[in-house]
Amino acid sequence: MDIKQIQTTVDDHRIAKLAAFAIALHMLEAVIPSPLPGVKPGLANIVTLYVLYQYGFATAAWVSILRVFASSLLLGQFLAPSFVLSLSGACFSLLALWLLQHLSKDWFGPISLSILAAIAHIGGQLLIVRLWLIPHAGVAYLVPVFAAAAVLFGLINGLITSKLLSKYSG
Amino acid sequence: MFNIRRSLSASSFRHYQQYFLPGDFVVLLSAILGVLYLFHTLWSSEQATKVQIRLDDKIYATYSLNQTREVHVQGKLGESVINIAQGKVRFVKSPCQGQYCVHQAWLSHAGQSAICLPNQVSLELLGATKPYDSLNY
Repeated sequence: MDIKQIQTTVDDHRIAKLAAFAIALHMLEAVIPSPLPGVKPGLANIVTLYVLYQYGFATAAWVSILRVFASSLLLGQFLAPSFVLSLSGACFSLLALWLLQHLSKDWFGPISLSILAAIAHIGGQLLIVRLWLIPHAGVAYLVPVFAAAAVLFGLINGLITSKLLSKYSG
Repeated sequence: MFNIRRSLSASSFRHYQQYFLPGDFVVLLSAILGVLYLFHTLWSSEQATKVQIRLDDKIYATYSLNQTREVHVQGKLGESVINIAQGKVRFVKSPCQGQYCVHQAWLSHAGQSAICLPNQVSLELLGATKPYDSLNY
């Protein structure tokens, strides 16, 4: 009998390994209690940003989207509102990173990209919240809190990514 | 003791500073300014004193929030009932499908509004100064 096997490349294995890291961080974060639902450190974005610098945008996009799907399956949230929020956040921050990667590398480092991607991330999520989950002008009241958290955690994640990059890429 | 702490924080700041590129400072600073701006614009809501009720594109009535009152407005679909009590106002009953206006419940800050598009009835809360005209903007 002919056994068909999917041919995997070195790239596939690398993406799988890196996505596994991101999923682990996502899981870790899921059990951390948060004062306000939605305010999270977003540690998995460290992996996305690191991969963007080391292997390019395509790999980063794969890792990010795979992480969203696999984590939601593991948490039992697939296709639930929190999955849609997670996906829209990931898509918006990837879009931001896709635009930002063309910035001068001499002027803008991982910290810039991390902060701006975090803002794009929460922006995408708030858009879904406002349009679909809570169609109420009152959502605007929470925007400053989420924005402040995005800047703070974006900065911290950017610093961590910088440190990792300087350690492993020489 | 204080000297040690100060030198520690100074050295750790220098430690982190090496990761910043010139543009990163610009991005961080503008992000912080942006957040402060958001807090300033979205969180500076004062207590409202009056409510303005609109029917269609006309002002139907303006009431003080200090007097308890029930207002019945005849809209496109039927009668909307608006309740004013203790500095707050809400839609009690509405003939519309979505009932978003009713679910908004009590409103009390200047600049807040509840809009019932199907019945074309809306109410907007007014303070001493008008913070942001969200209905006409």
